[in-house]
Amino acid sequence: MSSQAFEKRKETLASMCDERARMLQDQFNVSMNHVQAMSILISTFHHGKNPSAIDQRTFARYTERTAFERPLTSGVAYAVRVLHSEREQFEKQQGWTIKRMDSFEQNPVHKDDNAPKALEPSPIQEEYAPVIFAQDTVAHVVSLDLLSGNEDRENVLRARASGKGVLTAPFRLLKTKRLGVILTFAVYKTDLPSNATPNERIQATDGYLGGIFDIESLVEKLLQQLASKQTILVNVYDTTNQSHPISMYGSNVSDDGLEHVSALNLEDPFRKHEMRCRFKQKPPWPWLAITTSIGILVIALLIGYIFHATMNRIAKVEDDYHEMKELIKRAEAADVAKSQFLATVSHEIRTPMNGVLGMLHMLMDTDLDATQQDYVRTAQDSGKALVSLINEVLDQAKIESGKIELEAVQFDLRAIMDDVLALFSGEAHEKGIELAVYVSDGVPEMLIGDPGRFRQIITNLMGNSIKFTKKGHIFLTVHPVEEVMDSVDVETESSSRNTLSGLPVADRRRSCAGFKIFNCEGSSHPLSPSSSDLINLIVSVEDTGEGIPLEAQPRVFTPFMQVDPSISRKYGGTGIGLSISKCLVGLMNGEIGFASIPDIGSTFTFTAVFSNGSSNSNDSKQQKQRIKNQCHTTPSEFQHMTALVVDPKPVRAKVSRYQIQRLGIHVELVSDLNQGLSSISNENRVFKMVFVEQEAWDKESSISAHFVNSIQKIELGFSPVLFLLGNSLSSSRTNTATSGAYTLSIITKPLKASMLAASLQRAMGGNTGNPRNGEHPSLSLCNHLVGRKILIVDDNRVNLIVAAAALRKYGAEVISADSGKKAIKLLKPPHQFDACFMDIQMPEMDGFEATKRIRDMESNGHIPILAMTADVIQATYEECQRWGMDGYVSKPFEAEQLYQELSRFLQPPSTANS
Amino acid sequence: MDSVVLLQRQLVDYTAQLFNEGFLDDQFNQLQQLQDESNPDFVVEVVTLFFEDSERLLNELAKALEQQSIDYRKIDAHVHQLKGQQLQKVCIAFRNYCEERNIEGCQKCLQQVKNEYSLVKTKLETLFKLEQQVLAAGGSIPWPM
Repeated sequence: MSSQAFEKRKETLASMCDERARMLQDQFNVSMNHVQAMSILISTFHHGKNPSAIDQRTFARYTERTAFERPLTSGVAYAVRVLHSEREQFEKQQGWTIKRMDSFEQNPVHKDDNAPKALEPSPIQEEYAPVIFAQDTVAHVVSLDLLSGNEDRENVLRARASGKGVLTAPFRLLKTKRLGVILTFAVYKTDLPSNATPNERIQATDGYLGGIFDIESLVEKLLQQLASKQTILVNVYDTTNQSHPISMYGSNVSDDGLEHVSALNLEDPFRKHEMRCRFKQKPPWPWLAITTSIGILVIALLIGYIFHATMNRIAKVEDDYHEMKELIKRAEAADVAKSQFLATVSHEIRTPMNGVLGMLHMLMDTDLDATQQDYVRTAQDSGKALVSLINEVLDQAKIESGKIELEAVQFDLRAIMDDVLALFSGEAHEKGIELAVYVSDGVPEMLIGDPGRFRQIITNLMGNSIKFTKKGHIFLTVHPVEEVMDSVDVETESSSRNTLSGLPVADRRRSCAGFKIFNCEGSSHPLSPSSSDLINLIVSVEDTGEGIPLEAQPRVFTPFMQVDPSISRKYGGTGIGLSISKCLVGLMNGEIGFASIPDIGSTFTFTAVFSNGSSNSNDSKQQKQRIKNQCHTTPSEFQHMTALVVDPKPVRAKVSRYQIQRLGIHVELVSDLNQGLSSISNENRVFKMVFVEQEAWDKESSISAHFVNSIQKIELGFSPVLFLLGNSLSSSRTNTATSGAYTLSIITKPLKASMLAASLQRAMGGNTGNPRNGEHPSLSLCNHLVGRKILIVDDNRVNLIVAAAALRKYGAEVISADSGKKAIKLLKPPHQFDACFMDIQMPEMDGFEATKRIRDMESNGHIPILAMTADVIQATYEECQRWGMDGYVSKPFEAEQLYQELSRFLQPPSTANS
Repeated sequence: MDSVVLLQRQLVDYTAQLFNEGFLDDQFNQLQQLQDESNPDFVVEVVTLFFEDSERLLNELAKALEQQSIDYRKIDAHVHQLKGQQLQKVCIAFRNYCEERNIEGCQKCLQQVKNEYSLVKTKLETLFKLEQQVLAAGGSIPWPM
């Protein structure tokens, strides 16, 4: 691009330079022609006439008037050729002596003063060429001998020899100080042929006509005539001597820029001239390149700025992020502190509460009248409620501080369900609510997980349900998730009015609609075969309570959030139960959800993942076998019997069947008494027992009598035992029912396998079972303690004596030691101790250290060592475990706690090795 | 009979007062709970033991503080044991002084602990005396409260 521009410039320069050179040449030629013409004029009128027609005055006037024709000459002069022999005569004739020019040239200043008299006369020469005529402008040169000047002499000699105009090298003109050249023509006496030899020419020479060319003004004038004078700089050189060109025009600026040289032909073959042109200005800036580069620069700057800004922003965001992180850290710290505080405070409350409860417990054992009993029971209930509430808060705090960990122990889910049922049966009975539990056959008998926490979730949900339900039912069901997903009956069951109590309920399907496990069902089966060892259970609690108001539903799982403050006034509770449940469900890798319709009821559903505790596969036969095995606690006498259940409602019938089947009894279902009758009368069937739902019994009272009769007709020994499955509501009718001739046993709901077994035993004449459902757990624990040898280590005598007394009270044999060292001595194997309570903070050797040493001594066997501590924060518990302790009890002691902890480690006496 | 009832009432009131004033807490109840026919003087035994311990500790503390070079660690351990008993507040201050190696503070605290201790001792002795009177008058002790 720039080279293109360069070429173009070069061309322009060349053409301009050539043009100027040509014009200069032309004009110079014109002037030269005039000078030549003048030489002819002189030859004609000066030498050709005698006397001469020209004198100095004439010449001066003529030249003056014809000066316009020689615009480039500043003056013309004529010198004659005078031989030395003619000098004297010539000088006389002219009236002046011939003067030397070189001295004149040496003192040009004087020349300006026009003082020719001061000039030296010319020395004697062979010949002379004094100026006789001169234009006025150069009048001072008259009488000067041209041959005495270096330049002029050479010029004169060359001119007369060549017969052509010759040029001097440029020199400073005498007067104007400007650069000039002198053009000299020789004037011959005769017309010489063009091929005359130089010698002939010299001989014929008469004089010399010289024109002074002012090259500088000449070129200047010429350039002024041309446009674009300013754009280029012109220099004219005499380049006769190539190595030393003589400048004739132009400032001598050395410029390495673009230059063009044009040859000048000034008609003098001896001399060479040339014109050098160059642009005045430097080549114009390549604007495109400049704008482009500026653009690029600007873009680069912008990009730089953007980059910088981005970096700044990133830094800022990073700063913000760090700040946020810091804030989060602080918030988390605050949260942990809050949880710690809650844990501490609830512990602080729990300790005295345990005292209160313990005392009340003791008080119950004393001789009290009915009113006192009532007061004490109320106080105890309140106390228990308070403790459970505190436990909830503690749980919440533990969950929040992430300190809760799930156990993984084997447990029997059905037994837990029974426990939960037992827990709420009292209240349900009072309220007249039907309570039922159903566990699907698909649920393995034994599971591995955290039974305590699982139970806690269910208890929470059940507790809520029973709190808000006044009539109807609460129905707890457990299914494997797969069963619910692909079974239709579960759906129809809840969507129709076919519910346990006949009241409508909230759809369970909706309660778990948001569960991930169901949503991903479409793509693939949620449980891959590899996870066959994991059992995903879905548990739902369905009630017919007042439901949750729609606006409160989104915050049901938020801690301390109740529907509105009036709820807590009306029903009590802290509102953290559901939040804890949600956390616990989360820990069990499950999900929790609910569906609730105000005034109809709520259904809470959650899933939880357990490991299969039974090593057997899921084969249904084996499962049944296991169910039977499971019932080893109940007499096996019922196995392989067949029972008939009369119940118009399939759901309820299913529940009854579930419970009865658990005893190993085969169950057949019929929907009303007529069908029941036909079943019984069938000879092929032997029913050992018949369970009739109260509803069916009451509805068809006319048939019921007939039913009883027909049963009685059956052969003795084969006649089935008749049970009435009574709701709590109908308990008042017990009498009427039993008034019949036939023994009619009433089994009060909720049904439970253990209770059922007891009732069956009683009714069928077996040994009398325990009518109560389960015995007080602590009673058996107390029995565990009888005869046990327990070591208590504490440096504080008071603590020692108190703990010892507490344990002795339950029949344990207690040995005390007041230091860790003594404890080590006592526990050196072999020893007779069954357990050891160890204070942690003791002088000399603390409980941890002592435990460690005891553990080191133990070769076989492991004595349970429980720490006694005033601190229940988890860290201590972990510390206990780290040192080899098995657990801890918190000080001050509370009897129940001691036993509970101990019970974890002491086997029943039958299996204990002592 | 009236005098027995009166005494019993006095005992109950006094006990309640002690609970209110913070001289007794539910541990006392727990102790009562552990007392039965086989061990009728359990509470008195425990309390006596407590007094013995405390007196011993106080003496040792006083001795330790009189020493030229005071073994603060020993004092700290003693105070910790004392704290295990009832005198929480003063003991915390005591231990703080101990950590600061403030002998004057320690002595001041020791004095306070002593005062508290003798106060508790007097109160409990009064209580037991009342109990004795009730028993002597043929009444039963209305425990636990």
